[in-house]
Amino acid sequence: MLQMDEIQKRLLDEVAGLHDVPTGAYNLRANGTSVGRQSTASIDIESKEDGSGLEITVKDGTKNESIHIPVVLSASGLTETVYNDFHVGDDCDVLIIAGCGIDNCGRQDSEHDGIHRFWVGKNSKVKYVEKHYGSGDGEGKRILNPVTEVYMDDGSSMEMEMVQIKGVDSTERKTVAELGADCHLVVRERLMTHGVQEAISDYDVRLNGDGSSADIVSRGVARDHSYQKLDLKIVGNAECSGHTECDSIIMDDGRILAVPSLEANSTEAALIHEAAIGKIAGEQLTKLMTLGLTQAEAEEQIINGFLR
Amino acid sequence: MLELKNVSFAVDGDDGEKEIVRNLSMTVDDGKFVVITGPNGGGKSTLAKLIAGIEKPSEGQILLDGKDITDLGITERANLGIGYAFQQPVKFKGIRVFDLLKIASGQTITIKEACSFLSEVGLCAKDYIERDVNASLSGGELKRIEIATVLARKTRLSVFDEPEAGIDLWSFQNLVRIFEKMQTETRDSAILVISHQERILNIADEIIVLSGGRIEHQGSRDEVLPKILGTEAAVDACSRLNGQEVI
Repeated sequence: MLQMDEIQKRLLDEVAGLHDVPTGAYNLRANGTSVGRQSTASIDIESKEDGSGLEITVKDGTKNESIHIPVVLSASGLTETVYNDFHVGDDCDVLIIAGCGIDNCGRQDSEHDGIHRFWVGKNSKVKYVEKHYGSGDGEGKRILNPVTEVYMDDGSSMEMEMVQIKGVDSTERKTVAELGADCHLVVRERLMTHGVQEAISDYDVRLNGDGSSADIVSRGVARDHSYQKLDLKIVGNAECSGHTECDSIIMDDGRILAVPSLEANSTEAALIHEAAIGKIAGEQLTKLMTLGLTQAEAEEQIINGFLR
Repeated sequence: MLELKNVSFAVDGDDGEKEIVRNLSMTVDDGKFVVITGPNGGGKSTLAKLIAGIEKPSEGQILLDGKDITDLGITERANLGIGYAFQQPVKFKGIRVFDLLKIASGQTITIKEACSFLSEVGLCAKDYIERDVNASLSGGELKRIEIATVLARKTRLSVFDEPEAGIDLWSFQNLVRIFEKMQTETRDSAILVISHQERILNIADEIIVLSGGRIEHQGSRDEVLPKILGTEAAVDACSRLNGQEVI
């Protein structure tokens, strides 16, 4: 059993759905140190020599295996930057579950900056799930600044699910991807900000190989006095197709800036962007109220559905 | 019993105030099937919205079982047992058919129970239950799901605004059967339907003809139907098919 306190266990459940040690390869990090680790025959997890993070190596041909690397912080005033490198071999099919939960009841800011870099081998498939969560009623802020870099070799595909629904005061996330021939990248991002939170999400996706494609959809809800900036950029350098969609609900005194951008450097690049910001449609509220919900309950249902 | 007493509804237009519903009084008795018909722009949909609480009357009173509900909101009226099926079903992002039926039933229902409501409206439940209620569904499919949400509520007074629009002839029969079943299953429940369809007028206990915001005729089917057959208020299904109503 893991040596973790109740708060840490609760955070682990929020970000990774874990109640105990997971099956497969894992590394659990709590308050700056590893509290549990397991490699498997085909997935190797090692600390970097300088102690700055993890080197994770997935052997060629590894199929249907999972890697859990959640991080929980329950101490106030802890600031850390972690570099985790994933080397996924050729012809693999793996699920990677990351995520960070911060509980800050103290007065000092707590911050976790996770830099995740992926090298995805030829014809490999990776599903990457990253959830961020914050709790605690201290004055200290809960700050998460993740960087995700993806380098995809020919024929590989990656699906990324990025979720930040609650409790993170400030976040600046940056996602960079470079795709070779016949690579496919799908990103589903969901962001909700409330209070005076700020979230900035920046994507730079480069379609370098013929037959490559990217589909990036970001859905956000900004409530209270919160602010979101969504900067979604796709660059088409070959015969490729790219789509970005930024769909946001604005409430109360929230503010949202959507900056979709496309750059085509090849006549064969087909790129599309969509962006929409608006309040909850009045007729949606009306419909749910005719089914017996109060206005507040109807809003909650609409937002939960939107961010599903 | 639903009662409307001297209800008026006006909106501000470019050339001053415009009355959509004028000094209208009517009752819908328990267990009755009442059809409201009349020319387009006659105030029928506005009347349905006034009953559901989506619009508030500028004058007059609305009573349900003798209780004044004029100042109650949409939610409160829904919880008193008023159901309302939209003429144009609302689309959502991320809300599934199952979610909508679960909310409508007001309790935790199983997938099996939710599926039974879809089967009622002629949809193959397993193909629809997990689908999002969005534009990927056709107008006819959305319309049937809309009717299913009202079925799931098992309300005492159900208001349907042109339920047949977008529904083909086969399911038209089905629709009539649904109304009959609703009245058998929920004792003393009343149904108020806005429709031009002769087939629906034919099963009405009472017919109200609304024109220019006023009641032109009101009475039993046998009294009213002969007066309006062949007019815009009552069209047969085939002439309707020639129009753009069928999706």
